[in-house]
Amino acid sequence: MSTASKTVSARLPDIVGATHIDTDPAQLSAYAVDGILPAAAVRPGSREEVAGIIQFAAAEKLGVIASGARTKLGIGLPPTRYDLALDLSRLDRVIAYDPGDLTVSVEAGVPLRKLAAVLAEHRQFLPLAVPYFDRATVGGTIASGVDTPLRQFYGTARDYVLGMEFVIGDGVHAKSGGTVVKNVTGYDLHKLMIGSLGTLGIITRINFKTFPTPVTSRGFVAWFENLDRAIDFRHRVAQSSLTPMTFDIVSPRVAELFAGTIAERNAKAPMPVNVISANHWAVTIGYSGNEKVLARYEADLRRMAAETGAANITAVSSEITAAAFAHKREFLSTALDSSPATSIVKISVLPMRMKEALTAAAKAADANRLPWAVMARSLGPIYFALLPKDKSADSLGQVAAATNQIFAAGSALAANMTIPWCPAEWKTTLKVWGPERADLAQMGKVKKIFDPLGIFSPGRFVGGL
Amino acid sequence: MDSRLLQDLKKLLGPDGVLHQPEDLILYEYDGSVELARPTCVVFPRTKEQVLGIVEIAKRHNVPIVGRGAGTGLSGGALARRGGIVAIFSKMNRILEVDVENQRAVVQPGVVNADLSAAVAHTGLHFAPDPSSQKACTIGGNVSENSGGPHTLAYGVTTNHVLELEVVLPTGELIRIGNSALDSPGYDLPGLFVGSEGTLALVTEITVKLTKLPESVKTLLAIFDTLDDTTETVVDITARGITPAACEMLDGYTLRAVEDYVHAGFPVDSAAVLLIDVDGVREGVESQAEEVAEICRAHRAREVRVAKDSRERDLLWKGRKNAFGAVGRLSTTYYVQDGVIPRTKLPATLRRITEISEKYGFPIGNIFHAGDGNLHPLILFDARDESQLKRVIAASDEIIQFCISMGGSITGEHGVGMEKDRLMPLIFSESDLDLMRGVRDAFNPIGLLNPEKIFPNKKGCGEIHIRPMPVAGASRA
Repeated sequence: MSTASKTVSARLPDIVGATHIDTDPAQLSAYAVDGILPAAAVRPGSREEVAGIIQFAAAEKLGVIASGARTKLGIGLPPTRYDLALDLSRLDRVIAYDPGDLTVSVEAGVPLRKLAAVLAEHRQFLPLAVPYFDRATVGGTIASGVDTPLRQFYGTARDYVLGMEFVIGDGVHAKSGGTVVKNVTGYDLHKLMIGSLGTLGIITRINFKTFPTPVTSRGFVAWFENLDRAIDFRHRVAQSSLTPMTFDIVSPRVAELFAGTIAERNAKAPMPVNVISANHWAVTIGYSGNEKVLARYEADLRRMAAETGAANITAVSSEITAAAFAHKREFLSTALDSSPATSIVKISVLPMRMKEALTAAAKAADANRLPWAVMARSLGPIYFALLPKDKSADSLGQVAAATNQIFAAGSALAANMTIPWCPAEWKTTLKVWGPERADLAQMGKVKKIFDPLGIFSPGRFVGGL
Repeated sequence: MDSRLLQDLKKLLGPDGVLHQPEDLILYEYDGSVELARPTCVVFPRTKEQVLGIVEIAKRHNVPIVGRGAGTGLSGGALARRGGIVAIFSKMNRILEVDVENQRAVVQPGVVNADLSAAVAHTGLHFAPDPSSQKACTIGGNVSENSGGPHTLAYGVTTNHVLELEVVLPTGELIRIGNSALDSPGYDLPGLFVGSEGTLALVTEITVKLTKLPESVKTLLAIFDTLDDTTETVVDITARGITPAACEMLDGYTLRAVEDYVHAGFPVDSAAVLLIDVDGVREGVESQAEEVAEICRAHRAREVRVAKDSRERDLLWKGRKNAFGAVGRLSTTYYVQDGVIPRTKLPATLRRITEISEKYGFPIGNIFHAGDGNLHPLILFDARDESQLKRVIAASDEIIQFCISMGGSITGEHGVGMEKDRLMPLIFSESDLDLMRGVRDAFNPIGLLNPEKIFPNKKGCGEIHIRPMPVAGASRA
């Protein structure tokens, strides 16, 4: 038994009770991060217990990684230290919900699906349509900063998180923001927590602005012979008066991914047939409104698609839109679950550079004989999935060469680039957080204030923060 | 007066780039709030290199720097509370780049908010944050304060529209944070810096999102005979999941002042009105306007007018945006609060404000962003009578206490500045504040930048390490 696990066994039961601690390696394997197992997993039931655990971890200098449903733990560098898995799934209460104010306050471990059900009773929702939606928790979703197709209309979490409570590196409970929809009182520290991968603190509570569920949503899909035409259509729509809810560009191979049983399992529905095509690039758009608005969208989209040379145009009913949306939401999970070798390159560029960025990425993948599939948000972020056949050294060589070429091309386009997911054993070779960043020193200043001992998710974040 | 400091500044900026005569400084000892603080000198940088130079000089002479745009702030954020240098960005007012296709603009901090929207209007775009002071206030100031405005109800506040910043840190570094392309890896530093009220950095360049102008806009004026009917209407609109582009409330008291001043056609005999914009594609706007009008009528609106053209619409909005000025004609001074409450608590809160007005004997006008629960009670008083100021603050504190008891907050868009720092412990615990101070000190280690703002002083801790400058005979004109 390691020193860490001995200390843990001696002290943690006083804080959370013995039934909420695991030290058995068989159970701990569920908490593995990049193949590394903690000495113990602990499941606090209150924010006070979280604070108690962190005070203990700080005193013992234990590396702590917080998790909820553990669906996003693959993101980031392997931890340099991992003693304690902090499982927040017992913090699963909806603390306050004021439907009339459209605000809700929840504990970090609340599953997205549970929260969605609570909000649905008042015909409201949160636009957190992230991969592994069926299992993911609110806290993990926010801490991982994964985006969703709904960002097209609703923005990202930073646009609708109103405040947070969290435990920082000395075990002190702190907060920022509040529960009202407009607030400039104090620093927006909660914005720093979004996407920080648990490196700044343990989120215990998140306050959100909620949104009314659109009464009717429909979809529109246009197929194009090539990428250039698909992007031309994208530009036409972006410059029109329309404000769609979702707006993505998908490559031909996505049809193959979505047709499989893995996609069906993740999306909880089969992919409707003939919506996207194995031989075309497709632009998929979701929109909502009253009947007149829906008719206007369809007419305008049909016209613009025809003018940009669409090979096929489909107006999609509400039911089919829902199933297709679930697949779109689960693109990353489907790509990842289809092979342990799947590597996702995220390339974020200005919209007018998408054509160049996608062309360069496709060229790099083809040159290295790697199959690939793309889901690109109309706003610029591109998820480029490299699909090597296995985790062999050859595959790694191909992926390393391809990602280096993509990064070189992307740098010339001032792209933000990372490899959010790849096999753990490749992370020492691949540039997981992309090219070097000039603002790293400033980020280090933030990290040092929140986590002076460096106990939170050690080494996993940008620049090894 | 520190002549070597002035010499150094004049050498850097030229003699016309530095003001230090008392008669010149009077202009810069106040902003839109009731606070006062006179700087030692005022400087006008023209380039980022000069901003860096000013920071170097301030460090060498150990005097504070406070950034300032147009001075329209409402919380004393741009006042030199500890004296020192006020750096005014009005000469860094160029729009550096407009990228229509990517819907971005790069601007210097001194660009006036409305000027950017005017410059890009022909492309069908605009800069969405629209503070009422938008014809004067600068985008640099908007960034510092994370400013809102009527249309932020649907479009979001400044932080939702800022992608990248170039800033000078008080340590003398010029850095860029965030990225014009989305999803910059790492911590959301723009999210931290926007709204940090000039306590972390001096902003030298801002990349903002531009937003498409809506195809169609309808402006409704709903007229009510009681305050309760008005506030209940807002509660109902919100609860039904309708998000108008703007939903402003003006009570009868302010209406009469506005009408007298702007002649916008506001009914002077009503208890309150709602000024509501709905926008989007034509087909949606028609029905949404009708839906909103029905809700207003269900709550006994005496009349719901729809502006018939853009001229009528502009006039109504002119009335709203000039309301503070109009009220200024009724009283030598007013004290404006900026509390926020959950929208469901609007009726109770407005009733409480009426009681407080009666209790203290001050007229209070209410003109505010009802749709997002952001109150602006204007307490009218005579600043020449010192006992009145004390009672005004007491009345204002009672309003704020009530907002907090409703689950609200002390400032929705005006900032904490030097006006509300003492109220911060009502919202945040000492450990919350310590963490925020820690973040401030990480970027602004010796308190060179905008000292004694946002956070209340910790007694006996001597958090300000730099030399306080004498604040010479501040007086309110």
